[in-house]
Amino acid sequence: MQPSDQVFVLLKDWIVGQSPIMLQPGVSILLTVVPILLVFPVLFALTTVLERKGLGRIQNRYGPNRVGFYGILQPMADAVKSLTKEDIVPASADRAVHFLAPLVLLAVAFVPYAVLPIGRNMVAANLDAGVLFFFAIGAISELSVFMAGWSSRNKYSLLGAMRAVAQMISYEVPLLLSSIAVIMAAGSLSTVEIVEKQAGFTGIFPHWYVLTPWGFAGFILFMIAATAETNRSPFDLPEGESEIIAGYYIEYSGFKFALFFLGEYLGMFAISGLGITLFLGGWSAPLPFLTWIPSWIWFFTKLLVIVVGFIWVRGTLPRLRMDQLMNFAWKFMLPMALVVVVAAGAWRFLPQGVTRWLVCSVFLAGAYVLLARGVETRNKIAKRTYRFAE
Amino acid sequence: MLGVGIVKGLAETARNFFGSFVDKERLVTVQFPEERLPVSESARNFPFLIYDGDDKEQGLRCVACQICEKECPPRCITIEKSKDKKPDFVGKQQFYPAVFDIDVSVCMSCQICVEVCPFDAIRMDNAFELSTTDRFAALLWSKDKLSLPNEHYLAIHPTEAAEVEARRAEEKAQAEAKKQPPVAK
Repeated sequence: MQPSDQVFVLLKDWIVGQSPIMLQPGVSILLTVVPILLVFPVLFALTTVLERKGLGRIQNRYGPNRVGFYGILQPMADAVKSLTKEDIVPASADRAVHFLAPLVLLAVAFVPYAVLPIGRNMVAANLDAGVLFFFAIGAISELSVFMAGWSSRNKYSLLGAMRAVAQMISYEVPLLLSSIAVIMAAGSLSTVEIVEKQAGFTGIFPHWYVLTPWGFAGFILFMIAATAETNRSPFDLPEGESEIIAGYYIEYSGFKFALFFLGEYLGMFAISGLGITLFLGGWSAPLPFLTWIPSWIWFFTKLLVIVVGFIWVRGTLPRLRMDQLMNFAWKFMLPMALVVVVAAGAWRFLPQGVTRWLVCSVFLAGAYVLLARGVETRNKIAKRTYRFAE
Repeated sequence: MLGVGIVKGLAETARNFFGSFVDKERLVTVQFPEERLPVSESARNFPFLIYDGDDKEQGLRCVACQICEKECPPRCITIEKSKDKKPDFVGKQQFYPAVFDIDVSVCMSCQICVEVCPFDAIRMDNAFELSTTDRFAALLWSKDKLSLPNEHYLAIHPTEAAEVEARRAEEKAQAEAKKQPPVAK
């Protein structure tokens, strides 16, 4: 193992070793938490400018290119702008809840990083039930969204919050079911152990779960559900600008609005990180001769790739309608996730070789084709006929 | 088949994304302060007063008839007539505006003042970078700021200005012809 791989772990151990014995637990906790609190907000700043420039290019525009070199300092300008704006609380709002909602969202957005292995031996808390912990915390973000929507005393924010809760609860089911397939295969709820199971190679192929038929289907389902969980386009109904202006954070301005924004992106990174951990082998290298690159670089590379995917999808797809959203969740995502679980079980008990590849692929493809019929629009667009009064 | 449309859409946006780096024709954005589109001849924003020659005071065409002040729908024009008179372009003695103010924060750019002016003295300018940090004094334009040379009018609205020039030349010639006979005798 190269020292570059473990540079942060060794550095932390060294600093902890230097500090007085009484303070060592505190220093250790501090050195674990503070980097997480620093790195991901910086990634957020980077992502906002990446997103705005990427969307601009998709729409044949330049995107922000004024602040700093090619607009790279745009997040600084945005931060200054949001800090200098007036913080407005509606007169009839529930002041305490209105104030707490962005804080709860932000706190909840940071907590799941505790169980994400960012690199080899780089995890804040190696819980035995890490995946369960992640989802348990993730469910609190629905509460904060509803707090924001309810306390604002605005019909649009309440509508947005209602939509958000309906959507997040609906998509949590396929999200959990698709990760259950991985938990079954790995035989553990610990994120660290799940990554270690995927870190080996057969020939040049890594043991990532995404490279199995059920893992591939599960990964697609997971990412679709993750998009819906983080309220990103095309599932951005809770904040659909054209319908309900800004949804649940309509009554937030200035820094509180920025906190919501930050919380939303942190949630996106966290769930992408879980997707990487479950399906894309976490910090492990994609090819055996690339293992000399430090593990944490691989994690962040995969994270950026997924974020670019999110931006790409956002620039491509229009927003869904509420009934389409619910139909998709319950008529397609949920049964498909159950099929993935069955396929993962079959994969485990079938003998290794071409047979199980064939069986699982045909099973999943068949289920996909059959379920897709259910969500596709039946009535084809035909020439409209008019009947006039006699 | 579910998902085919999504893949097609993703391919389309990817083509746009990479195309915008390769093909400059795709980027239609004009980077404003550095690059500018030519201003159309028919562009109009706020009125200005025309003066002939070099002297702002002497050449001002306005005779303080106050028609524009009365016609202005939002009533943004304030005119005070002078006590004395000065000769206009045909040599006739006319009043002139001692004060001519336009409150451009009130002006709605309707161009009615231009249409009613019998002396071709007020016309629309096409300047649009007019932001100030002062909401009140800086938006009340006085006679001094409003007066612009005839050359400016010829430059921004050439077709319209040519008509005005022709008409004024004719008027002046007629006035000269009236004056001529007594001199000839």
